[in-house]
Amino acid sequence: MKYLFKNSHIIDPTTGKDTKVDILIVDGIIEKIGNNLSIDINSLTYDLSGKIVAPGFIDMHVHLREPGYEYKETIETGCMAAANGGFTAVCCMPNTNPPIDEASIVRLIKQRAENVLKGLVDIYPIAAITKGREGKELAPMMELVDAGAVGFSDDGSPVENAEVMRRALEYASALNKPIIQHPEELDLAKGGLINEGYVSTMLGMQAIPSIAEEIMIARDLQLTEYFAAQYHAAHISTAGSVELIRMGKKKKLNVSCEVTPHHFSLDDNAVRSFDTNTKMNPPLRTREDIEALKEGLRDGTIDVIATDHAPHSFDEKQVEFLFAPFGIVGLETAVSLASTELVHKNIISISQLIEKFSINPRRILNLPPILINEGVRANLTIFDPSIEWIVDIQKFKSKSKNSPFNGWKLKGKVFGIFNNGIFHPPE
Amino acid sequence: MPLASRHLLGLEGVPKEDIQLILDTATSFREILERPIKKVPTLQGMTIVNLFFESSTRTRISFELAERRLSADVVNFSADLSSVKKGETLKDTARNIEAMKIDMVVMRHAAVGAAHFLTRVIKAIIINAGDGTHEHPTQALLDMYSIREKLGKIEGLNICIVGDISHSRVALSNIYGLKTMGANVAVCGPKTLIPREIGKLGVKIFYSVDEAIKWANVLNVLRIQLERQDRAFFPSLREYRQYFAITKERLDKSEKQITILHPGPINRDVELSAEVADSEHSLILQQVLNGVAVRMAVLYLLGTRSESK
Ligand SMILES: [Zn+2]
Repeated sequence: MKYLFKNSHIIDPTTGKDTKVDILIVDGIIEKIGNNLSIDINSLTYDLSGKIVAPGFIDMHVHLREPGYEYKETIETGCMAAANGGFTAVCCMPNTNPPIDEASIVRLIKQRAENVLKGLVDIYPIAAITKGREGKELAPMMELVDAGAVGFSDDGSPVENAEVMRRALEYASALNKPIIQHPEELDLAKGGLINEGYVSTMLGMQAIPSIAEEIMIARDLQLTEYFAAQYHAAHISTAGSVELIRMGKKKKLNVSCEVTPHHFSLDDNAVRSFDTNTKMNPPLRTREDIEALKEGLRDGTIDVIATDHAPHSFDEKQVEFLFAPFGIVGLETAVSLASTELVHKNIISISQLIEKFSINPRRILNLPPILINEGVRANLTIFDPSIEWIVDIQKFKSKSKNSPFNGWKLKGKVFGIFNNGIFHPPE
Repeated sequence: MPLASRHLLGLEGVPKEDIQLILDTATSFREILERPIKKVPTLQGMTIVNLFFESSTRTRISFELAERRLSADVVNFSADLSSVKKGETLKDTARNIEAMKIDMVVMRHAAVGAAHFLTRVIKAIIINAGDGTHEHPTQALLDMYSIREKLGKIEGLNICIVGDISHSRVALSNIYGLKTMGANVAVCGPKTLIPREIGKLGVKIFYSVDEAIKWANVLNVLRIQLERQDRAFFPSLREYRQYFAITKERLDKSEKQITILHPGPINRDVELSAEVADSEHSLILQQVLNGVAVRMAVLYLLGTRSESK
């Protein structure tokens, strides 16, 4: 199978490549990159004028829900959502049922993924740090790595016990795998539904203070420094967290962090509608937090944009705010939200956007970088930063539609992905 | 002019004219309540459901009386939230009840925003009779009515709400309503029971009851919820009583007359001494009577609103 992508604007931050060229892909391998490549009648030809061709995007924080919660999402629907959203790879979080705390579960997930869309989307499981995600005993990390786990997290819950966290950081650092913490001090957060602040005061709503997140990150940074380990803070949401990570990086610690598109796109005023799709953990924060997150994205403190894609069924969210589960889907709006809120508002460049969706998460997970060079397997995300479109949740490939962005007009749209020999174009 | 909204979900954002209209309408109903025959045919043919997911005998009886005095047909549905949570969802319960052709729902529910949620799943007119720790608009309206009746005005008065501000729907509705009506509002209590950012709602904060008494014309004393003790918001009831209870000795230190309100039921000699509760400056029993009149006014204004449009 031959594909010819005419007038491709390649941006590859790893090699610094930034050129408008044609790309010829034969049987999944980039055969030729050059100007005016001739059209061959056997090749499928696309004119990519105005579109960016980037190394394939990875979402390092996705809840695929399988095994255990297939009514919310399956590996199949999750992979389709990822492909639709421009991701050639996802990391799936271990809070499934059973959780990913045994090698057999890692293998099961990888196997199932291979059958979805002919293996178009690569799945890299994140395994549990502790058995049953209970925060007590370490999961068999070496076995999990051998089976294919790329990192460790008890996401959904923090590792609360400092000694357990110490052992996890030590053990994983010898394996060159990051510990990914869901940073939340549970006693401070207990019973909270939204951010503690003006909005929670107006609504009389039980709230989660920003310090619940920051205290945990502060502690973890101390541990990371002392044990010279690798630490990644998931879904940071507050100005204080950005500052803590910034300080950690200044000290040259091996620390990194991610932010979700919803945390830089929406503030806690959105909760005033009582829309259960504005309920997530960590909660939507304030305008000031958003400004700090954007500054962190701009200056490189925040390495990664990851969705925390958390599908929940329609009925689960059609309840009182108090009873609704935390979380929203994100795979199919992430790239467009980043383009709209960050690139078009001059917070980051397109090249930085690519770093945060592709280069940095792969570096943190110690995955080989993806290059756009002749002779390598094509792993590409193609998007058009100038197309405007309106989000329609009914068109999502995800099994769940719990998004607060329905009806939003966004600027920037994914055109398609190319991975494992398959081109997945727009419909 | 009809009310701006077809529901009464809270007092946040309710315009002054609407509050005025409700209080003025309540005055006429209050007169009716003094007559030998206390019933008017205003809402004849309307069916109102009192949907109570939290037991609150007082509020439910007050609403029910108001509904019956307006000649509405009344259905009561009470359920323990824990049993409801396991079975049918609020959406299903409400839709089932609505299928029986009802016009209005008065709902008490433990979850913040439950009344707002209801407006999205059924078509009936919704009156919020308390949604968790958010709002309880008819309570604040009857408090304002009682203050106005006793002191002739609301504007310019210094009104302090005393107690657990963080977990009080009465406090929040009072703050919104009283601010709209031009009162000066303060809150007083242990710092652990006052939200950090309450100042942004435009209220003064007192951590000392004596300071609050010095400042206030009216004290609205909240019930201390004994079950909150488990999260250590304050050391003990004994200490609370000693430093925050409204007692005659404390009030006597003030030169001015201070009017006392309490939304009930009272923990006698915890937040309020019996002597103060039963004194001539306490409006507690008037509040109960005014509650019926104010709820009649709200039911009437919402129930007839569509016709007046
Ligand atoms: Zn998490």
